[in-house]
Amino acid sequence: MATDKDLQEFRAEVADWITNNQPADPGFLLPQTFMEVGSEQVLDFLREWQHKVWSAGYLGMAWPEKYGGRGLSPIYQNIADAEMKRARVPICFNVIGLGWAGPLILDKGTDYEREKYLKGILNAEDIWCQGFSEPNHGSDLGSVQTRAERDGDQYLINGSKIWTTMGNYAKYMILLARTDSQAERKYNGLSFFLAPMNVDGISTQPIKKLTGEYGFTETFFTDARIPADCLMGEEGQGWRIAMQTLQYERGAEAGAAGGISILSIVMNDLLKMAAEIERESQPLLNDPLTRDNLVKLMIEEKALHLAERRIKVPALCADYPNSLPLSGKLRGTEFYRRMRQYALNLQGAQSALYVGDEDAVDGGFWQRAYMNNFSTTIGGGTSQVQANIVGEHVLGLPKD
Amino acid sequence: MTSRTANMAFAFTDEQAMILDSAKSFCADKSDIATVRDLINSDHGFNQQVWLEMVELGWAGIAIPEQYGGSELGIGSTVALVESMGRHLLSTPFIPTTLASQAILRGGSDQHKDQWLPLVAEGSIGTLALLDNEDWGATTTSCSLSENGDSLILEGSKLLVSDAAVADFFIVSANYKGAQVLVLVAATSLGSDALSRKVLIDETKRACTVNFNGVKLTPDAILPQSETALRDIKLIGALLIAAECTGTCAATLDTVVSYLTSRIQFGRLIGSYQSLKHPTVEMLIQMDSARSLIYHAATVISDQPLDEDAEIGCRMAKAQATEALLFAGDRAIQFHGGMGFTYDCDAQLFLRRALGAQHQYGDAQHHRLHLAALLLD
Repeated sequence: MATDKDLQEFRAEVADWITNNQPADPGFLLPQTFMEVGSEQVLDFLREWQHKVWSAGYLGMAWPEKYGGRGLSPIYQNIADAEMKRARVPICFNVIGLGWAGPLILDKGTDYEREKYLKGILNAEDIWCQGFSEPNHGSDLGSVQTRAERDGDQYLINGSKIWTTMGNYAKYMILLARTDSQAERKYNGLSFFLAPMNVDGISTQPIKKLTGEYGFTETFFTDARIPADCLMGEEGQGWRIAMQTLQYERGAEAGAAGGISILSIVMNDLLKMAAEIERESQPLLNDPLTRDNLVKLMIEEKALHLAERRIKVPALCADYPNSLPLSGKLRGTEFYRRMRQYALNLQGAQSALYVGDEDAVDGGFWQRAYMNNFSTTIGGGTSQVQANIVGEHVLGLPKD
Repeated sequence: MTSRTANMAFAFTDEQAMILDSAKSFCADKSDIATVRDLINSDHGFNQQVWLEMVELGWAGIAIPEQYGGSELGIGSTVALVESMGRHLLSTPFIPTTLASQAILRGGSDQHKDQWLPLVAEGSIGTLALLDNEDWGATTTSCSLSENGDSLILEGSKLLVSDAAVADFFIVSANYKGAQVLVLVAATSLGSDALSRKVLIDETKRACTVNFNGVKLTPDAILPQSETALRDIKLIGALLIAAECTGTCAATLDTVVSYLTSRIQFGRLIGSYQSLKHPTVEMLIQMDSARSLIYHAATVISDQPLDEDAEIGCRMAKAQATEALLFAGDRAIQFHGGMGFTYDCDAQLFLRRALGAQHQYGDAQHHRLHLAALLLD
């Protein structure tokens, strides 16, 4: 067991390392989230940074040593992440690997799969993407149409996926595809693959986002052949494995390698921005309505953080035990959406300026942050679907 | 700049978990909804026998130091009790008595403590008499103390004094020599027509206007540390009402869910409609936030004068919990449709609780106003 003193020393060690290794401003716009890696330049920069963090021993700290981790208690990774978050270092961008595919393989994978994939996730050599959503049914994963047909020692893949984060840079994809179109329940016809991306018949088309940036692709499979041993588990288990993966994505299940995946933008940042603004020669922070709105948001932010503490006290979650884990994504992403929207409101006429304009407040940081935040209220299950999940699985309300 | 909201202390001891466990089963056992409705028609709004059982369990003395006959588990431990009471609409004089004893503990002389705290631990009932106009935010009072020979004479009336009809003693705020002080007034020194019972929107509660005109006191009735005690009991009052509202909010949610999973309209259980499902999820989320905030506040308050983190904690808890309950109670009426408009539907109990509680110890806007000064200036 680590003592408080050990942990304090470790915190100081990380802080010290950050001071000496934090990269200088590269002179181009760095992503606020892993869903904004839109150019080779940004990709190379982030790859180098993640490799550096891992080499220093601050990534995958709780993963086993033989897979590139350090076999330590997760508490160390939490401390390292908190320090990096505080210092606002660049993100560890290989998030599908670090946060979703990695913990899944660690937990449910075979030794062969662990051996083959985990280290490359940590050291940023192997970028991972996710092939769940499809063009015509984003939130309804059960209706996946992309087909995987067994053909000897291969599967033949046909169909398309959308919102593939870093689809054009990824080496592997966690792929949900239909192996049995005759299955009685549509969920039972799905299978889960750890699929290579560098095979003939897979092509990607970058998608320009509402912010004007890139970061996602649409991904097309035309008679793409992948080795049959890419199948994870057995045919027909795809839905269950995908749901497990979403638990990691929604933060409801531990196991992630760590690293910060998004730049944290908190109320304190909003207060700093607001402190600079004046109306009629008076600080905006003197305005009673503004103050009331800010305090409302601060109460909400504090409650969000406290939920992370209460979740560890089962006695205080006894009546609706799944509530905090299952509503976490809904609560968090919707709070940040409203908070960022309000930040623009406070800028007055300046809020009409965007990234690239010399007069934009903080270089258009808040405008970009607000619009990008929709990736979190839509991706990984929209807020509306999340509300259905909470209603049905926490409160026991009937399905629609 | 470190955020002034950075304190995320959250502790819940095994002892507190045991208290919560026994509180849950006690309140569920003693306070089913039929009992709650029966008590609405009683004089004092609570069952004396149940109150005595709570005293027997040691709850009246839970925050009272051992030297005065209590179990010294700290004021934070009362939050779990009060949340459970709110969950079952179990009304007793627990909240006013706890606050009155806190006033003595925090502001009283040794003599006050020696005389009154053991009595509270054994079941004596106390209450606060602070309000003399409609404004919970008022920092002044129109009640006054004047000297008359060796005695003090109290003048003025107090509004919405909880459980005044059964109180053995009152903690009253009044002006004395240019400052506001708290005085301890035994019920025996009140005039025979001092109490007038008010008709409350929350029928599970009782409160009176209390006329203190001409009450004669000895100078040692004044609590020596009145200033901090007054400030702190208002904050603790806000927290306890928040805890009670959080419990009631969960009860409201249970009632709504039960209706949504049994009522069929247009051939479907109405809980399947997203227009009802999603706001019900919002009730849960608001209740969850309130619960996280009340137990955080319970962690950061102590028997010492409350510090800034404790003040922030109590104010945030109250602001969140009363708004959460008001939202839940309001939607509960609406979602019960025609039934919701009837007196027989339990939703009205929850809405009335929300309306009765929202201003007690300051409404949400009042607390946000004070939070703004703490967090933004």
